[in-house]
Amino acid sequence: MRPTLPSWESLNTGDMLPPLELPPITRLALALYCGASGDHNPIHVDSDFAHAAGMPDVFAHGMLSAAWLGRLLTNWVPQSAIRSLDVRFVAITHVGERITCTGKVAEKFEQGGKRCVHLQLATANQDGMTKLAGEALVAWP
Amino acid sequence: MIDRRHIGHTMPPFSVEVEKGRLRFFAKATGQDDPVYIDEASAQAAGHPGLPVPPTFLFCLEMESPNAAAIRELLGMDYRSLLHGEEGFSYHKIAYAGDTLTFEQRIADIYDKKDGALEFVVRKTRVTNQRHELVAELRCVTVQRTMTTQGSDAG
Repeated sequence: MRPTLPSWESLNTGDMLPPLELPPITRLALALYCGASGDHNPIHVDSDFAHAAGMPDVFAHGMLSAAWLGRLLTNWVPQSAIRSLDVRFVAITHVGERITCTGKVAEKFEQGGKRCVHLQLATANQDGMTKLAGEALVAWP
Repeated sequence: MIDRRHIGHTMPPFSVEVEKGRLRFFAKATGQDDPVYIDEASAQAAGHPGLPVPPTFLFCLEMESPNAAAIRELLGMDYRSLLHGEEGFSYHKIAYAGDTLTFEQRIADIYDKKDGALEFVVRKTRVTNQRHELVAELRCVTVQRTMTTQGSDAG
């Protein structure tokens, strides 16, 4: 389970990280994330509130998907190798959607004597629609 | 229009304790099955002094601010018109269960697009541990839409 750093030499631009596939999003998952994250915004868990706000239903916290992108990374490398993670919330993630997290080696370079890779990250639903776009920097010790 | 004079404003720092049980709850809520984030013996076997704070949980700890609405109130923003646009983390040192983390928030920028229909507030937060070591820097972009449409929160 515990990841070891892949060999930097063997990586190539365009290489994909092992994807992280999530089960369909349930209301229970949103309730658990509400409690665990401390984000108690009712728009994610209270359908009455969501309707009153003009939304058809509750929807997932963007930061839940960001946490999944974090898992994508820590499944691939030890956390200490992650130098940065940046995400952009592109579209709403809905209840029932099956999200897949992907990562791609966008660039491989050396900086200040450190071997690094720049990753492009995304989450998308079962139809391939992008929900989050992001990037990360991983550095080898 | 959000008053641009708030650019550079710093909020009073606050400290938050990292609780082990909370980290396990977060692991459950995010489907985390890597024992390093759940089981102390596994964390230690992987070279950690305790359960590590996973990459995005620092954002959750930042929400433990004594007044999570303080910046919204200062800037006069209506939460119904807000969207979480972006979130960024730059990491320096892993934080662990049992650490006390201090958060120093600063309003780094305020700007608009589409003739003011969208306003952007950039908050930057410096996170240090009880040894005054820099743990991470966070960057949060909140988007305020003009109130012509009903509000929601993509984030």
